[in-house]
Amino acid sequence: MPDNPQVVLKITDLVKSFDSTKVLKGINLTVGHREVTVIIGPSGCGKSTLLRCLNGLEPIDSGQIELNGQLITAPGTNWSAIRQKIGMVFQNYELFPHLNVIDNILLGPVKVQGRPRQEAIIDAQSWLDRVGLKDRALSFPRQLSGGQKQRVAIVRALCMSPQIMLFDEVTASLDPEMVREVLDVMLNLAKGGLTMLIVTHEMAFARAVADRIIFMDDGHIVETAQPEAFFNNPETERARRFLNIFQFQELERRRA
Amino acid sequence: MLDSAIEIFTAGRNTARLFEGLAITLKISAAAVGLSILLGIPAGLLMSSKKRFWRVSLKLYLEFIRIMPILVLLFLFYYSLSSVFNINLPAVTVSILVFTLWGTAEMADLVRGAVTSLPRHQWESGRALGLSELQLNLFVIVPQAVRRLLPGVINLTTRMIKTTPFVFFINIPDLVKVAQQIVEVTGIRNPLASVWVYGVIFFIYFAICYPISLFSRFLEKAWQN
Ligand SMILES: Nc1ncnc2c1ncn2[C@@H]1O[C@H](COP(=O)(O)OP(=O)(O)O)[C@@H](O)[C@H]1O
Ligand SMILES: [Mg+2]
Repeated sequence: MPDNPQVVLKITDLVKSFDSTKVLKGINLTVGHREVTVIIGPSGCGKSTLLRCLNGLEPIDSGQIELNGQLITAPGTNWSAIRQKIGMVFQNYELFPHLNVIDNILLGPVKVQGRPRQEAIIDAQSWLDRVGLKDRALSFPRQLSGGQKQRVAIVRALCMSPQIMLFDEVTASLDPEMVREVLDVMLNLAKGGLTMLIVTHEMAFARAVADRIIFMDDGHIVETAQPEAFFNNPETERARRFLNIFQFQELERRRA
Repeated sequence: MLDSAIEIFTAGRNTARLFEGLAITLKISAAAVGLSILLGIPAGLLMSSKKRFWRVSLKLYLEFIRIMPILVLLFLFYYSLSSVFNINLPAVTVSILVFTLWGTAEMADLVRGAVTSLPRHQWESGRALGLSELQLNLFVIVPQAVRRLLPGVINLTTRMIKTTPFVFFINIPDLVKVAQQIVEVTGIRNPLASVWVYGVIFFIYFAICYPISLFSRFLEKAWQN
């Protein structure tokens, strides 16, 4: 549970369409300081789009987004400044292939935030150490496994000292044996009190990490619940069906 | 046998003229490659942009240039400009113009290919870090596009050098033209003239183009990450 009621992110009546198709149909959501919110829902229900709207990668149709009380959906928003406060890690490894690990990490702090390089290196090294990549600073992305790349991507976002981190299915493209190492990093971040908004299909992880579960379907938030309550006894029929289908698929996958 | 070679390359200004021919070949190629790169980059960015007018018209231009034999273009500009429009351009200028028209089309296509082959995520993850559009291009997009562009540009350069002998047909004394003249004159007394002269030409082309491709391989290796 959030031990501080301070609101980091407040989304009000967010609507977003692609061409004439509405993808987000009025989203209302608040994320408190140090709170871990996990969004789950069927593929195509708008989870990625929601995260992408939060840092301005997608323009929105209507509604409001506030970050620490500052309205960031007003015209003339300086997105570069906002994005420094919102860390994002995507599903596909998106390190810059022409830069080694440390230069990937330093681009933001040094070029965008103008921090002294030496100081940023110390910070980066300590994060790399914490995610188990201490000796990988000079490796290039092509020399890393998928799990290592995602851990670097997480460190790269963390080194901007964001006020909230967004994770969009960061383990979805990983080989099964690498999922664990990335989820462990995220669990540790949660324990450390980082404010996080996580989209995932890993239900056991969701249950373990979440302060709160948001269930989305077809552009709506259908259910908001405590993790135990949600997984043991979902309130809505749609959530129940989703969990059933999901468990079935999970069994199939394990058997395969 | 060696005597015949010595005789050819010491007679009159033969060697000096070969070097003059080489200078013309290099001048035309270098000017055309340089101009093609300068004009091809913006053209390629327009081709990969969302601007439909530019995409379509540049694509048409590229197809047209590719279909047209270089020789036809050379004749068209050299002879037709003067007879129809009464514009008399020096032959070297015409050849640089024609090779630039061709090179710009090819260069634009290379740039388009390099930029569109970059995954969309490269832009997005750069933006997500707060990079401005300028920083994004400077630190993320351009360095990667240049790496992808390099083999094509090197290839275009050597193709350009190898195609310059066509200027022979508009009477420019390039390397091959000079060689032919030397063979014509010395061949009467010296039956091995063609072997020696064209053999030297062969090595000159090799000596120019091979280091270029070596250099490109070196850069590719250095950037391979
Ligand atoms: N750039 C886009 N253009 C058009 N439609 C899109 C685009 N991105 C996503 N969509 C559509 O929006 C819907 C929600 O997509 P997304 O947010 O990726 O879902 P999720 O992440 O929950 O799987 C899907 O129907 C998808 O096809
Ligand atoms: Mg998604």
